[in-house]
Amino acid sequence: MSADSAAVEVSAPTKSHSISTSALVIGIGIGLLIFAFFVSMIWVVASHNFNFDAIRPYFDNMAKGWGMTLLISFLALGISLGLGIFLTAAQLSPVAPTRWLTRIYIELIRGTPLITQIVIGYYLLANEMGIESKFWVGIVILSAFTAAYLSEIFRAGIESIGKTQWESGRAIGLTTSQIYRLVIIPQAIRRVLPASAGLFADLVKNSSLLYIIAVHEFFMQTREAIANSYASIEGLIPLAIGYLAITLPISLFSRKMEARFKYES
Amino acid sequence: MKVSAQHVDKLYGESIALRGVDFATADDTQVLVLIGPSGGGKSTLLRLLGGLESPTRGDIFHESTLLVQQTDPLRSFRRKNGFLFQAFNLFPHLTALQNIMLPIIHVHGQEAAAAKEVALSGLERFQLADHAEKRPAELSGGQQQRVALARSMAHDPDLLILDEPTSALDPEMKAEVLDVIEELVEAGQKIIFSTHEMGFAKAAADEVLFLAEGSVIAQGNPTEIFDNPPDERVGAFFSRVMKW
Ligand SMILES: Nc1ncnc2c1ncn2[C@@H]1O[C@H](COP(=O)(O)OP(=O)(O)OP(=O)(O)O)[C@@H](O)[C@H]1O
Ligand SMILES: [Mg+2]
Repeated sequence: MSADSAAVEVSAPTKSHSISTSALVIGIGIGLLIFAFFVSMIWVVASHNFNFDAIRPYFDNMAKGWGMTLLISFLALGISLGLGIFLTAAQLSPVAPTRWLTRIYIELIRGTPLITQIVIGYYLLANEMGIESKFWVGIVILSAFTAAYLSEIFRAGIESIGKTQWESGRAIGLTTSQIYRLVIIPQAIRRVLPASAGLFADLVKNSSLLYIIAVHEFFMQTREAIANSYASIEGLIPLAIGYLAITLPISLFSRKMEARFKYES
Repeated sequence: MKVSAQHVDKLYGESIALRGVDFATADDTQVLVLIGPSGGGKSTLLRLLGGLESPTRGDIFHESTLLVQQTDPLRSFRRKNGFLFQAFNLFPHLTALQNIMLPIIHVHGQEAAAAKEVALSGLERFQLADHAEKRPAELSGGQQQRVALARSMAHDPDLLILDEPTSALDPEMKAEVLDVIEELVEAGQKIIFSTHEMGFAKAAADEVLFLAEGSVIAQGNPTEIFDNPPDERVGAFFSRVMKW
């Protein structure tokens, strides 16, 4: 046997599964349903009489709005990641009052609509503090919102790593922070990746709510374009595509990271 | 070494794992072996002796010094010892090699290159050189157990605590691993281990503890325990395990 063919054998999938007939039938059925859904969607869209002429003059503004949304999302993603890690540490803290306060914060954020947080945050808190920039207020509120959810994902991920891993770390003489850094977090990262990526996609879409405090992001610009041009679908289709252009790369990046952290456990 | 326990109880919620454990080995004991029926409390006692858990009541002594049940003294005690878990507890995200290197680098402060050399020779000792780059999920149970063994002894521990070190091994590997342990014993290594290998227990032990239902039923040197079971429960256990 040549070295080449040996390599092929090793890298061939180890899981060989024979598919049962019922699984095959169900699988084909579901596939057909989804296919039919796509076909009918395309049919509906294709049979609409599109006219982009009215809205075309506003494409420039919409593009600026898209850039704004991209910037807001990018900054809020970074800040919410940092704040989320901070809140996770606070939730796992041995100091009980720290945990309680964090808990209250998280429940407040998760229990109220984002839109009320934006309004209260801007018209009450930011106003009182004399902060003017809608851009930064918007980013901070989005980050505060996202971080609360993120820290719940992180906490659950860390707590899902079994007690035997802690024990094993202690047995070899690691300190608590070493156990987190070398044993627990590397294993938790893979588990929290899918949910975190979903949350970041939500963040991008949630940024559209900042139109209520008149941040000139993508959704607001598109709304104005639609209102001024009396277009409707013609404005919403670029809107959908614009958001997908940001959320899809997040999803793809998360898939790539998952593959990198992949190991059986 | 001298190891002792005074009035040790260990409770997990309602369930009693150890009750009134009281023993002291002779001053010059080198190999202490724990035997007894499943669920008797061997693993629990090994964890307490290794400073991995604290007794609910009572005290543990090593060389007549109290094992202080606080974070820092426990950690410095653990880092100079080696512990093999009954369930191996390898780190699933690391390869066999990295599993062994991790404590050498992060606990014992060696350079990565030196740690790798030590780890590789440990893997070789247990015939695992070909499996160095595999993660635990890609190893058989017996291979995982040998990686865990290599990890427990890679830093030349003062005291080696092994919970059923041959439980997952085929007879041939079992013999190999028992040879390694025997070599360690001959080199003067202090060991506490639990086992269901009565022949090896008898051959290797200086002192034997027989645990059942969370208590020490019998203690003595192997001849006393194996040839003249001092308690009828011990005798009954031997006649059951020796039957097959
Ligand atoms: N974490 C735990 N929570 C609850 N009960 C426990 C726990 N660990 C051990 N026990 C109980 O303590 C008793 C002693 O268990 P232990 O693991 O020490 O036995 P063992 O002698 O090592 O048995 P084996 O030979 O099967 O390994 C058992 O009844 C077990 O159910
Ligand atoms: Mg056990």
